Amino acid sequence: MTITGLRRARPGAIASRRSLHVLEHDLLVFRRGWYSYLLSGLSQPFLYLVSMGIGLGLYVNRNGGVPGGVPYLDYIAPALLVTQAMMAGAFEAAWPIMGKIHWDKTYFAALNTPIGALDLLVGDLMWIGFRATLLSVLFLVVIVLLGAAASPLVVLAVPVAVLTALAFAAPIMAFAATQTGDGGFTALFRFGITPMFLFSGTFFPIERLPLFLQPLAWITPLYHGVAAARSLALGQVDPVGLTVHVAALVAVALAGLWAGRITFRRRLVV
Amino acid sequence: MIPADGSTVAADITTGRRRYHRGVPETTPPVTEQLIHARGLTKCFGSFTAVNGIDFDVAPGEAFGFLGPNGAGKTSTMRMIGTVSPVTSGELTVFGLDPAQHGARIRARLGVVPQADTLDSELSVLENLLTYGRYFDLSWAESRRRAKELLEFVQLSERSDDRVEPLSGGMKRRLVIARSLINEPSLLLLDEPTTGLDPQARHLVWDRLYRLKQRGVTLCLTTHYMDEAEQLCDRLVVMDQARIVAEGSPRQLIDRYVTREVLELRFRRADDETDDSSYLDGRLEGLAERIEQLPDRVLVYTEDGEAAAATAYERGLRPASVLVRRSSLEDVFLRLTGRSLVD
Amino acid sequence: MLTIRIAPPLALARPTRLVERNLLVYRRTFMVIFSGFFEPLFYLFSMGFGVGALIGNVPLADGSSVPYVVFVAPALLASSAMNGAIYETSNNFFFKLKYAKLYDAIIATPMSLNDIARGEVMWALLRGSLYAVGFLAVIVVLGLAGFRLVSSPLGLLAFPAAMVVGFGFAGAGLAATTFVRHWRDFDFMQLAIMPMFLFSGTFYPIDGYPPALQAFVQATPLYRGVHLIRALTTGTPDATLLIDLAYLVAMGLIGLAITSRRLGKLLQS
Repeated sequence: MTITGLRRARPGAIASRRSLHVLEHDLLVFRRGWYSYLLSGLSQPFLYLVSMGIGLGLYVNRNGGVPGGVPYLDYIAPALLVTQAMMAGAFEAAWPIMGKIHWDKTYFAALNTPIGALDLLVGDLMWIGFRATLLSVLFLVVIVLLGAAASPLVVLAVPVAVLTALAFAAPIMAFAATQTGDGGFTALFRFGITPMFLFSGTFFPIERLPLFLQPLAWITPLYHGVAAARSLALGQVDPVGLTVHVAALVAVALAGLWAGRITFRRRLVV
Repeated sequence: MIPADGSTVAADITTGRRRYHRGVPETTPPVTEQLIHARGLTKCFGSFTAVNGIDFDVAPGEAFGFLGPNGAGKTSTMRMIGTVSPVTSGELTVFGLDPAQHGARIRARLGVVPQADTLDSELSVLENLLTYGRYFDLSWAESRRRAKELLEFVQLSERSDDRVEPLSGGMKRRLVIARSLINEPSLLLLDEPTTGLDPQARHLVWDRLYRLKQRGVTLCLTTHYMDEAEQLCDRLVVMDQARIVAEGSPRQLIDRYVTREVLELRFRRADDETDDSSYLDGRLEGLAERIEQLPDRVLVYTEDGEAAAATAYERGLRPASVLVRRSSLEDVFLRLTGRSLVD
Repeated sequence: MLTIRIAPPLALARPTRLVERNLLVYRRTFMVIFSGFFEPLFYLFSMGFGVGALIGNVPLADGSSVPYVVFVAPALLASSAMNGAIYETSNNFFFKLKYAKLYDAIIATPMSLNDIARGEVMWALLRGSLYAVGFLAVIVVLGLAGFRLVSSPLGLLAFPAAMVVGFGFAGAGLAATTFVRHWRDFDFMQLAIMPMFLFSGTFYPIDGYPPALQAFVQATPLYRGVHLIRALTTGTPDATLLIDLAYLVAMGLIGLAITSRRLGKLLQS
């Protein structure tokens, strides 16, 4: 009933251009506290890059380093570029969205205007994409300044990072619309995001994982983001592999968007 | 571009008129065009029926109220009118448009004051209005112009750069009302506009709503405050358990469902007395057409309260206190919806 | 009812009431506490075994060298003791202080401000000890499976040592939180915790740092905690462990004293 009502309203459309107004709203909020957004978003990956890449890297490189003889700093820099985007995307899609739906209920205020549920979904997803882009570009500058960029193709790692952020944000937004408390997010981050950060090829090649865990790493979107960004940053691009990685990320993002269409309507149009 | 100023309302209303035409009680101006038109309107959540086949119409310029206890279906009805909740079955048009097909067009001309404030705590007072205006496709300049004007209107100009969080309940409410007016709506939906406010704040809100009504804005509100309904509504419906149980102007409802006056007799009783009626001993029988007996109080519905009180004394009753008052909407409400708690 | 009936000395009897109250609350959010147990384990497997395979051996303070996982495991135990204490004494304590108004209600009872501070530290330690026990249990299981991460019987003392680390950070965390005015201020606390976690000799020896930086790092509490526990699990203790102990105990006690005084200002003004 719910869904047919809306589908009649905008046949086939995912959202209207009004989603841009939702994006505007988020940018206005951003304007107020941009420094703390950027500080908290960039400080963590920067500290990891210095500690792991330079401090720990000394011992890794001394021992022969990662396969292919790449300096450890160069090896983890693109991975951290992607993981910080994942963190930003996952976080923004969880607590803030829950706040707009459940705690402050500002979505319901917007729904009293011509804005529709899907405009909110797409608008806020665009915002997350914008934020991930900003953070990724700034982090790329840090990487270049630290001399951790082996190939000019590293610039293309930024869109890969943004795509990874969306591949996490879209399904988590869909999930957030089904929640009435943040307990689910705690479990999601502890048992989903953190293990991915640690085991999806960020700090060591997944070939080092026990055999039975390797397929598990392959199906995580973070693995595909890291692998694609690393191949670009190191200038070791395999066109087929890159296509597969990017296609996997796009597929997850679209699946998340599709799930979000369902859960947003179910939650917001009652 | 969607007209945000309601300029095409007239055209849409003709559609509504073609569909339905009915007489209106004499207390309201004679109108034939309905802004809201509902027949057999029903809303179900799973197996629970929140609104059960209600009929009503709201005419332009009218102040129309939904009165009823919690859970009567008022908010569900408002949300259907606001096109944020799909109609389960029945007929509903707003501005002559079908909410299922023209949700965005309808909302472009509506102002909504929801029950919860839903303000954006991360933005300032002014920015709350600005972003809301943008949701209506207003330009930044226009949005800013209206926002400033509206803050003046709700007496919040000096707080415009403050955060929302520290505002008092009354200020937040006024801000929500300002927000609902940013698109210059011709129909304003208010869901319990003054619940939780202190008397000063309530009167200020009423005053602003009255001015809007003077300007020709149609008001449609829910409340469970009788004084609010009497102050603001030209016409109202009483809802109970998902249905409309009465309809009319406040005066009509009082005339129809209660007597002119109410005599309240209060008795001082020992705590251990359990039998409800023993203290009356049948001495009030035949005194009035309706007598309601409460644990320590008796309400006598009568045309002449003084006379009824005198008779009670003659018959030997010695109440601790006696009060004769004009009957109010509250008596109507309790008569129609009962005294038991519904929470 | 899950209330603890023990008879501690009077000085700790009243603080225990607060621990009971927290237990009652956390019965409902058991998952949050339970899941925290996995974080140090994930790091142990990722860093210790995954990255460790890229590194091989690293040198200890006494010149001997050990596999990387042996080097990093005690550091992760110390870090998780710190994190457990900080989680509990930052956001959670702040919520109870400013939003739930819990302590405003409590000070109307015979509980003193000191009791409140001690009770919260005890609670943080209880939670921290749960993680320490879990982490050590995994180390024992790995040892049985042939991965020896502890090379000395002194390793048994790693548990009480982790408690001392937790105590130091719990006291300091409470004291810091009493100065917090808004949630955003916790970002600054993270800006202290995160660099300590990454640069205090947790993941690699600090010998490569310039001397001034080395001295600075050695003055941070996490470095002392890592130094203490690592010396025990690798069987390389010396007199400097007394510095570690004195440092952490003093930090906890000073934190408690500041907390009681600040609570008085915040609650009784």
